[in-house]
Amino acid sequence: MADIAPLQESIAELVHDGDVVAMEGFTALIPFAAAHEIIRQGRRDLTLVRMTPDLVFDQLIGAGCARRLIFSWGGNPGVGSLHRFRDAVEHGWPRALELEEHSHAGMANRYAAGASGLPFGVLRGYVGTDLPERTGSIKPIECPFTGERLTAVSALRPDVAIVHAQRADRDGNVQLWGITGVQKEAVLASSRSLVTVEEIVEELDPRPDAIVLPGWAVTRVSEVPEGARPSYALGYYDRDNDAYRAWDAISRDREAFGRWVDELVAAGSRA
Amino acid sequence: MSAAVVTPDDRMTVAASRALRDGDVCFVGIGLPSTAANLARRTHAPGLVLVYESGCIGAKPTRLPLSIGDGELATTADAVVGVPEIFNYWLQPGRVDVGFLGAAQIDRFANINTTVIGGTYDAPKVRLPGAGGAPEIAASCREVIVIVRQSPRTFVEKVDFVTSVGYGTGRGDRERLGLPGRGPVKVITDLGVLEPDPDTCELTMTALHEGVSVDEAREATGWDLRIAPGVGATPAPSGEELAALRELAAA
Repeated sequence: MADIAPLQESIAELVHDGDVVAMEGFTALIPFAAAHEIIRQGRRDLTLVRMTPDLVFDQLIGAGCARRLIFSWGGNPGVGSLHRFRDAVEHGWPRALELEEHSHAGMANRYAAGASGLPFGVLRGYVGTDLPERTGSIKPIECPFTGERLTAVSALRPDVAIVHAQRADRDGNVQLWGITGVQKEAVLASSRSLVTVEEIVEELDPRPDAIVLPGWAVTRVSEVPEGARPSYALGYYDRDNDAYRAWDAISRDREAFGRWVDELVAAGSRA
Repeated sequence: MSAAVVTPDDRMTVAASRALRDGDVCFVGIGLPSTAANLARRTHAPGLVLVYESGCIGAKPTRLPLSIGDGELATTADAVVGVPEIFNYWLQPGRVDVGFLGAAQIDRFANINTTVIGGTYDAPKVRLPGAGGAPEIAASCREVIVIVRQSPRTFVEKVDFVTSVGYGTGRGDRERLGLPGRGPVKVITDLGVLEPDPDTCELTMTALHEGVSVDEAREATGWDLRIAPGVGATPAPSGEELAALRELAAA
């Protein structure tokens, strides 16, 4: 049964300097509030893992929390660049960022392998591209049955996975729906997990297409209403596309970004 | 903008939408590909099946999504599946007819770069977003359509980084690499349409939009561009297409 605790306490206990931290949510249900708490608590040297770094990792990278990034697509969807990510890679500001770069299919299979307790995943992918030369976790493999040349990707086994969901009950059973992405795989691949939820309810009534993470497979649940803003939680609020557009100007400028971090920290932890 | 003023981007989007057949299953990226695919669904291809990498299969958005994961895509889809499933069960076995890709750089043999430009990989001049779903879309869809604005910066002799394979170094490379799909069959730009030469797989200008000259196309290309004999003109966008495009943009 998952423990239910305030966000500040959950981050303090589950996320340590130097950890490998996966934060998933494919466009939807992105755990922004948890990331902001990591910034407030000043974690350092994290290896951040996420298919689509999005604004959430742009913020963590710009705030100096990350040493390394494992990812497959680092842009501001429909808007343009992630400027803090680019500044770190192109100019080493605020610190150099090591990259471990994959495709979406590769990352998805790495999570699935981690969740399955296997050392690697296998796919038809990457062949002919320059990615295997740059990324050590991509290797060719021969099918033992047909001899076909395939690609192996090493399993992801993060120290902690953080995801956001719509609801949990008091036993920490988590229910999420809409675009479910790789949240289930990320939680099951990781040693520890934190799920932030819109609300804790007495009973999880069935929802079409919802997946349920049983409480015994989750380490902690924290109730954080609107914890995915400016992304969205289907059934609760829509994606704030204007905030995604506005981020472009904030993130382009180191000083404007610095003021954004100062305001975030000054606002204090959420209850 | 009034329907009377037809921009080069309009011609590009309309040409791309026409390349889709009714009933095709289409893997759609955000931006121009999504606009073109949604335009096709509203005009000549109402049975087009839109698949988004966020796991939305058969999405029928009423307005253009800003991201591949907008809620509208999930709530209008026939099915929503997880990301491992969309790539492993749906894309990889060849269930998708057409993959739509953009590019930051594309070369003579339609290889695509969306990773880094200039400098070295570790210290690039420009760090681009990276691969996303593109390498496996380029490998596994039955065919690929690239939609990209044509300029010497984008159309380069050789890409700085091969993120997604077109035809490698030429004819026969896809077979040697074991890539199941045909590869890029059309590159649709704001100037016209390029197609791979049947013998060499080199991208060749096969059609120009109204008012675009051969010289303009050559100047916008970073290699010695071949022009197909009897290069044609793309048919002008119809009033119906332009109206549907304006409606999409306004929604």
